[in-house]
Amino acid sequence: MSAGWTREQMAARAAQDIPDGACVNLGIGIPELVAGFVPEGREFIYHTENGLLGMGPPPAENERDLDLMNAGKKYVTAVPGAAYFHHADSFSMIRGGHIDVCVLGTMQVAANGDIANWSTGAPGAIPAVGGAMDLVQGVKRIYVITQHTTRNGDPKLVERCSYPLTGPGVVSRIYTDLAVVDVTDDGFRVVELAPGVDFEEVKNKTGASILPSD
Amino acid sequence: MIDKQVLSVSEAVADIPEGATVMVGGFGASGSPIELLHALIDQGVKNLTVINNNTGNGEVGLAALIGNGQVRKMICSFPRSSQSKVFPQLYKEGKIELELVPQGTLAERIRAAGAGIPAFYTPTTVGTVLAEGKEVREFDGRDHVMEPWLKADYALIKCEVADPLGNLTYNKTARNFGPIMCMAATTTIVQTKKLVARGEIDPEHVITPGIFVNRIVEVPDPVHEDTLIAAGRRFP
Repeated sequence: MSAGWTREQMAARAAQDIPDGACVNLGIGIPELVAGFVPEGREFIYHTENGLLGMGPPPAENERDLDLMNAGKKYVTAVPGAAYFHHADSFSMIRGGHIDVCVLGTMQVAANGDIANWSTGAPGAIPAVGGAMDLVQGVKRIYVITQHTTRNGDPKLVERCSYPLTGPGVVSRIYTDLAVVDVTDDGFRVVELAPGVDFEEVKNKTGASILPSD
Repeated sequence: MIDKQVLSVSEAVADIPEGATVMVGGFGASGSPIELLHALIDQGVKNLTVINNNTGNGEVGLAALIGNGQVRKMICSFPRSSQSKVFPQLYKEGKIELELVPQGTLAERIRAAGAGIPAFYTPTTVGTVLAEGKEVREFDGRDHVMEPWLKADYALIKCEVADPLGNLTYNKTARNFGPIMCMAATTTIVQTKKLVARGEIDPEHVITPGIFVNRIVEVPDPVHEDTLIAAGRRFP
């Protein structure tokens, strides 16, 4: 068994790569944890699809405002300097290339940067896409945070996604429990290994060829 | 004097006919016009096509309208959530149609309809199953799919403050689809928490100009979907 990174450590590692002043959209799940690890001296501005730039942390239960939610339908707060706007403006921020970084979870990500994170495509499944396809096409940098493998041990970093795509060739960097991995013209390349993890382990748990760090 | 006020939610939705396409504001629970939706359930019209980001929660509001068998088709981006049971059940039984639209494309198709723009191109869905059958055109070396405007016969919207001309303000993230749906429907019906005299809304603060609104009904103490669900309420 490897040591590797916890969910919080993966989120903290991703936060290190977000520049000061960036407008950031965080997906549901581990990506939400990024907000708790803003590096000293930096400020991130959080965008949520349902019309808020300047999203703050969740309120205490007795301070909830029923009209103040995030795109995950959770109650949130607005920081001083926040702005509200309608849905077309919100997605103009996304589709118009005004959001700097989006951090997403995924089911699969491929060596060419394809991402599949909205549907298994299984018969009878109810498809639900939300804003995922808009985010991956519109945001300047797409980062993915994910466990390196599924609960069954199947690789989530693959040669080609077998699930329906959210978008082709859009992911630039992946943070897993084992490593930070870049999507390059030559496919996956390890940027950094988690403590106690060696390249062989990452290679064995990756479903595509992967290059060691320089 | 122009006065768009109607005196009850039932009067506000009375003429919505069989087969109408109805936009319903709200994103999840916030901004959902529950009182107008319940009035539409009481009115009983069927075969509706409903446009909303979701499909409602619990057994109140939009979910209750669907559960009451009044909706033939949903156009939305995210038809399931932890508390949505009614739509998923009917969908699995093949009793309701679904047109799945990415959220940004949904918003822009609605905005385009309101702005008189019949179609636009976007890279959203390129290379995915949701682009199948759509016209693709290259701009600046990148593929884009064509998306048509999305109009409606009626829009049901919740706002915070309105005046008799239909000028509106909203509250926080309850704004969401409200302003663009007001623009895109032939007849826009708005429930407002507070109705004020003309001139009382600072023109600098108007979010939806009254030109996009046809009927205003005051609902001073609107119920919230989450509160109803937490209380175990069902409608009708």
